[in-house]
Amino acid sequence: MNAAQRLKLQPVPMPEQEPAERVHNVREVPLGFTPAMAAQEAERCLHCADQPCVKGCPVGVQIPDFIAAIEKADFAAGISIIKQTNLLPAVCGRVCPQESQCQKACTVGRAHRDVGQAVQIGQLERFLADWERENHAQIIPQIPPPTGKAVAVIGSGPAGLTVAGDLIKLGHAVTVFEALHKPGGVLGYGIPEFRLPKEIVYAEVSYLSRLGVDFRYNTVIGKSLTLDEIRHDYDAIFIGSGAGLPNFLGIPGESLLGVYSANEYLTRANLMHAYDEHADTPILRRDSVVVLGGGNVAMDSARTALRLGARKVSVLYRRSEEEMPARREEYHHALQEGVEFGFLQSPIEIVGDAQGWVTGLTMQQMQLGEPDASGRRRPLPIPGQVTNVPAELVIVAIGNAPNPLIPAALPGLEMNKHGGIVVNEETMQTSIPGIFAGGDIVLGSATVILAMGEGRKAARAIHSWLTKTAGDARP
Amino acid sequence: MNTIRAREELGPNVTRYVIEAPVIAAHRKPGQFVIIRVTDEGERIPLTIADVDVAAGTVSLIVQSVGKTTRQMALLKAGDAIHDIVGPLGKPTHIQHVGTVLCVGGGIGIAPLYPIAKGMKEAGNHVITILGARTRDLLILEDDMRRFSDETIVMTDDGSYGTRGVVTDAVRSLVHGGTHVDQAVIIGPPLMMKFTSLLTSELGVPAIASLNPIMVDGTGMCGACRVTVGGQLKFTCVDGPEFDAHQVDWDGLILRLGMYRAEEKAAAERFDHECQLHRALEEPQ
Ligand SMILES: Cc1cc2nc3c(=O)[nH]c(=O)nc-3n(C[C@H](O)[C@H](O)[C@H](O)COP(=O)(O)OP(=O)(O)OC[C@H]3O[C@@H](n4cnc5c(N)ncnc54)[C@H](O)[C@@H]3O)c2cc1C
Ligand SMILES: Cc1cc2nc3c(=O)[nH]c(=O)nc-3n(C[C@H](O)[C@H](O)[C@H](O)COP(=O)(O)OP(=O)(O)OC[C@H]3O[C@@H](n4cnc5c(N)ncnc54)[C@H](O)[C@@H]3O)c2cc1C
Ligand code: SF4
Ligand code: SF4
Ligand code: FES
Repeated sequence: MNAAQRLKLQPVPMPEQEPAERVHNVREVPLGFTPAMAAQEAERCLHCADQPCVKGCPVGVQIPDFIAAIEKADFAAGISIIKQTNLLPAVCGRVCPQESQCQKACTVGRAHRDVGQAVQIGQLERFLADWERENHAQIIPQIPPPTGKAVAVIGSGPAGLTVAGDLIKLGHAVTVFEALHKPGGVLGYGIPEFRLPKEIVYAEVSYLSRLGVDFRYNTVIGKSLTLDEIRHDYDAIFIGSGAGLPNFLGIPGESLLGVYSANEYLTRANLMHAYDEHADTPILRRDSVVVLGGGNVAMDSARTALRLGARKVSVLYRRSEEEMPARREEYHHALQEGVEFGFLQSPIEIVGDAQGWVTGLTMQQMQLGEPDASGRRRPLPIPGQVTNVPAELVIVAIGNAPNPLIPAALPGLEMNKHGGIVVNEETMQTSIPGIFAGGDIVLGSATVILAMGEGRKAARAIHSWLTKTAGDARP
Repeated sequence: MNTIRAREELGPNVTRYVIEAPVIAAHRKPGQFVIIRVTDEGERIPLTIADVDVAAGTVSLIVQSVGKTTRQMALLKAGDAIHDIVGPLGKPTHIQHVGTVLCVGGGIGIAPLYPIAKGMKEAGNHVITILGARTRDLLILEDDMRRFSDETIVMTDDGSYGTRGVVTDAVRSLVHGGTHVDQAVIIGPPLMMKFTSLLTSELGVPAIASLNPIMVDGTGMCGACRVTVGGQLKFTCVDGPEFDAHQVDWDGLILRLGMYRAEEKAAAERFDHECQLHRALEEPQ
């Protein structure tokens, strides 16, 4: 097939659970391509010589190569191409903001002047990863003899898992310390089951365990074990402790009954399984829910609320639709499921009844002014325009800041003014030699793929630190 | 899994568990707590570490059965195990020599107070302890507290033991009687902490209190445990659990403790019902 013919092919629609059905369960929404669908979608790729899609991917996945392998139905080759650069394709295929990364740059989408027409790179990536898992085709690599060096990884989110995977394959001993009772960081406690089945996350972790990574749950570094102990026992440390510190608005009424941070709401639902009515961990189920925010966390909260039986769920965002940072697919799915959206509104108060239960919010109407530092137009209040919105549950999803536990336990670590750890961008090394950091604890709230990309950089630098440092240098 | 090495009933619905957790035992300081899950599908509940035995690698928890999880725990015997335990969490109590320390404990709050009283005594303070309970049977750890207190006053609501009245009565008469207190430590039911705190503030006695809001992760990730202290939002699990008692928004804390009352009641009833069914099935035909 020539390029002109390929350009005429329509995107293969992703089979999905119907909206009316899926809001009553927590199963995944997109059902995945069959091999025939994947092959058909793969035919749409033009194999551009300049590979703009690869440049759009933060870790440089060799996209045209793996798509060519799908076209040839050589799925084993396809997945091994992806895994050269991306350790968690089953996750990234599902949660990467493709429309602003690989698919944004895709020539096919550009030719149609519609990113929605781009080759569905994420879905193809997911297809290969699911194929590998479902067919037990995962290759256990040959691990070199032990180097005698030991690395401590703090946090089992995507950054920590990447570091662990890369270093274990080089023969270093790796221990991952995780504060919670389950692995995955946000992949486990935050992103809901209907978007990222936990089985997938746990399969990746058990793969790493099989390679020899030692996972220690229920261990809070800085509390259960001090950093001095870790520094004494390990030759290098990677901090991937994430951005798990929920921001609140600082407005009156935030402590009323029925007001949640998105982290609490999602943790109860996902990690603690409160979406099961008989789970021990309670969660409030109410008819009318307001979610404040406009990112993935807000979409996840709103869609979780629907699945917990809410009849009316509104997402209120202080900027306009265009600035909303959520993945397009999530926004689209939320709309399909009946989530309502209100733009250019900012809460000034949460109000409640005499018993302390939330009854609604006072919203300030906004308009867009000049662009701010982030390049997005700054929302400004329109004087006098205030409305009241009823709500029985309010979920605050306005972002997370770096978790301060480790920095507090490690005086001398250089921090930036947002509470992130300062690192050398080439090596991810912190101000303390032998201690590396990456992911949300460095970037603030970012993305899974960026966290993995930093993990990969750090692993490379840790390896050279371990092989260069003489004898028993300790961080 | 963490094995229960020993178990002892301290009173109606109050049990002491000695649980294997060597790493926690080695790192814990007075004032810190753990979060446990009894089963793999269980809720995460916070419990203060009442004592540790570093050599034996154990921690003691003193638990009052109030709802589903604590009742389920009470069914466990020595040799059984809880699913997991994480800690020590929270900031330790600032233990130092200040002079006279007044420890005021109510109900199950005497359990978290005990390691602090012990620490304060060992730091060379003159320790005066006031213990309160509804009735004699509900008073726990009296002997342990007496061992580390220079003076001990017991108050019961019904006068069945000690002096009839509430702990605030004892605080007031002590201070009015001319005893100078450098620092009060208040732990007990939230209402008792609120009124004792208001009183110490009125009497000009500096006071700290250990708060017990609802928690989930215990690492500062969820914000469930938020309380307002001195007008600022604090996360009890990482910023506390102890705060300047005079600065705490007590009404806010008390309000939020009731957030799941309906759900908790339903869970406890379901659990009791299942237990009855279970017992009925086990009875010989
Ligand atoms: C609800 C939600 C939805 C999201 N959706 C998307 C999406 O669709 N696409 C996308 O790309 N990104 C998304 N993100 C962002 C993405 O999940 C994060 O950027 C990413 O998970 C960061 O990875 P990390 O490894 O740095 O940290 P995390 O995933 O936060 O993991 C950190 C881990 O460290 C542990 N930890 C912290 N402190 C300690 C300690 N002292 N000792 C031991 N362990 C510790 C934590 O318990 C946690 O498990 C979302 C985030 C949230 C909250
Ligand atoms: C830092 C801290 C230390 C504590 N130390 C002790 C202790 O040493 N001994 C002791 O008996 N109790 C202690 N508690 C209280 C104990 O956590 C609760 O009694 C327990 O969670 C109740 O669980 P349940 O399922 O049995 O009861 P439920 O029926 O679920 O709840 C009964 C009441 O307990 C409180 N509660 C419920 N869930 C939680 C939760 N996840 N976190 C905190 N409180 C909750 C609420 O006020 C609720 O109304 C402490 C609490 C905190 C925050
Ligand atoms: S890792 Fe993410 S950005 Fe890169 S190709 Fe895969 S889906 Fe696209
Ligand atoms: S830009 Fe699009 S069409 Fe070109 S190689 Fe990449 S995926 Fe294929
Ligand atoms: S318990 Fe979650 S932040 Fe304190």
